[in-house]
Amino acid sequence: MSFLNKIKPEFWDHRLFASGPYGSQFNFRRTWYAAVFVTSAVVLAPLMFMAVMDYRATRHDVETDILLRTSRLVSNTRRTLSYFLNERKSALDFVVHDNNFTLNVNPKRMEQVLENLKKSYGGFTDLGCIDHLGIQCVYAGPYNLIGKDYSDQEWYQQAVKRGEYISDVFRGFRHVPHIVIAVKYYPSEGGFFRVLRATLDTGKFNDLLSDLEVDGHGDAFIINHEGVLQTPTRSHGKVLERITLPIPDFAPETRVFEWETKKGIPLVIGYRYITGTPFILMVVKHKQELMKAWYNTRKELIGFLAISVAFILFVILWGATYLVNRIFQSDQKLIVSLHQVEYTNKMASIGRLAAGVAHEINNPLAIINEKAGLMKDLFLFKEEYKQNDMLMRLLDSILGSVTRCGRITKRLLGFARHMDVSVQSINLEEVVREVLGFLNKEAEYRSIQISIEIAENLPNIDTDAGRLQQVILNIINNAFAAMENNGHLRVKASMADKNNIVLIISDTGCGISESDIKRVFEPFFSTKTGKGGTGLGLSITYGLVEQLGGIIDVTSEVNRGTTFTITLPLAIKEKEMKNSCEYS
Amino acid sequence: MRVLLVDDEQELVETLAERLGIRGIEARWATNGDAALELIDQEDFNLAVLDVKIPGINGINLRKMIKEKCPQMKFIFMTGHGSQDDFAAGSAETGVDYYLLKPVTIDELLHKMNELMKK
Repeated sequence: MSFLNKIKPEFWDHRLFASGPYGSQFNFRRTWYAAVFVTSAVVLAPLMFMAVMDYRATRHDVETDILLRTSRLVSNTRRTLSYFLNERKSALDFVVHDNNFTLNVNPKRMEQVLENLKKSYGGFTDLGCIDHLGIQCVYAGPYNLIGKDYSDQEWYQQAVKRGEYISDVFRGFRHVPHIVIAVKYYPSEGGFFRVLRATLDTGKFNDLLSDLEVDGHGDAFIINHEGVLQTPTRSHGKVLERITLPIPDFAPETRVFEWETKKGIPLVIGYRYITGTPFILMVVKHKQELMKAWYNTRKELIGFLAISVAFILFVILWGATYLVNRIFQSDQKLIVSLHQVEYTNKMASIGRLAAGVAHEINNPLAIINEKAGLMKDLFLFKEEYKQNDMLMRLLDSILGSVTRCGRITKRLLGFARHMDVSVQSINLEEVVREVLGFLNKEAEYRSIQISIEIAENLPNIDTDAGRLQQVILNIINNAFAAMENNGHLRVKASMADKNNIVLIISDTGCGISESDIKRVFEPFFSTKTGKGGTGLGLSITYGLVEQLGGIIDVTSEVNRGTTFTITLPLAIKEKEMKNSCEYS
Repeated sequence: MRVLLVDDEQELVETLAERLGIRGIEARWATNGDAALELIDQEDFNLAVLDVKIPGINGINLRKMIKEKCPQMKFIFMTGHGSQDDFAAGSAETGVDYYLLKPVTIDELLHKMNELMKK
């Protein structure tokens, strides 16, 4: 909280004092809000818009790139696989057409062919010939499969029907996963067809896929049209198990789609149906892994954005606070100046009014004085009246009252005289007594004791008597307001140093609290709120003392009293005076 | 001692002249500058008591005009006004002209007159 208080600008807690149609213009906090909001909106909106657009575009590019790369990998792998299978199928084709297979082919010849195939192509396990009844009649290979009946096997039926067939992976009689490539042919000597069958070792087939380097913890494998795994996978099941992923719809070309597992892991799946085979090549990648690079970029982007926004906001807040505070301060100065002008004008008007009244009253007063004086003169010469004490007392009372009225008008004239702005040599004691003269009656009513202690031989000071009079009047008025009846007002004056005198005015009033004392000279600061205090008296006093080239200071103790100390130069510089008078 | 009193308030100068008369001082009065100059032409005076603000010729100008006619004449100013101008008039020839603020007691006036005549 204390930190906030420290950085809080002056205008923040400023009370709204202006009213009328333009009152709202003095709500500085609102001006600050408006400035901050509008500037932030104008600056941040385009920045955020650009950032979001850039974010979306980059993300889109990254995603497109991932899909394209997957698609490319699928296409290339499909080509390899097709080539692998077609190559072997073509080899079998060549064997049946070129080797002039007869009905009863020599098993030795068969073994030789198998050996050649193994050497040239690799991947072949065995080779056999099945007759038109589905019985294996010739066989070359590691298993003993002569005489086995294949007539009810799918691959056999399909080969008979279509002329050639590549099977999916199955265990068959040997209970080992393998692929069958079968080619139907007619022996050269005529008669029933035969089917040449070769089994492919799935190891070689698997190697094709396991050697692939798939990014993003990816997996490349083959399934058949029923979704049964044909090759081993890293994380999607074992060979001949059903995959947990969906079986993709048929499409003649490579396709890539996104899919989410039950656990919510997003996957990128690319697939391709391999024509002429029951195989579907699938490449599965973890999207999160692929997006890792993008996440780093995104982190940087957001970090940069956050720093930019923070910096912009800081500049906006600082700028708005600085500007509004400057406006506030100059406004305050202007208001104080205006009030000072108003105050000075008011005092000048009162001065003129007082002078006018005094003059108008002085003439009739002089007539009363002379008439009563003449009456007394006449009575003094006539013995019969001379003895009349009562008449003499009445006349003396009239003359005494006239003298009293004369004193009042003289004081009024003195007050009026000082309203003119001018530097003159004055006696401080006279000015103090003149001011106190106005308050004598109140002091008497309220039993306020006034003591004046002016140092002897205090030289006259060259200053503006009118301003000094106002300063003393304001402070003494405040002292009177602060004191209860039976208070004590003390006015002291002495030399401060050889160029300055010090005037100390202390009262035994209610005092000013420590928190308020720093603010007493601020305009509109008043503890007399609601009691007619404008909160301007002391700020004007402060301004006036400054104009006189002096310093005013205050010390106070709650319930003990307040002391104002005014230090004034013995001679005020005319130049200073003129400059300061521009305000008033 | 012959005294000339000039003030626009007739009642004032009239009464004052009478009071001075009682005290053995011969005093004549006028309520404006022209009348005052006329009296100067007709009679001799040692001292003039002038108001600063009188209709027609004001007190300060009247003093100059009288001074031209009678260089030996002494002056006392008496005014109900206390502005700077009045003081300026009073201090124009300090020690020669006296300045008194209305209302003036007869003793004060006599004291000033005697003081001035002694010079």
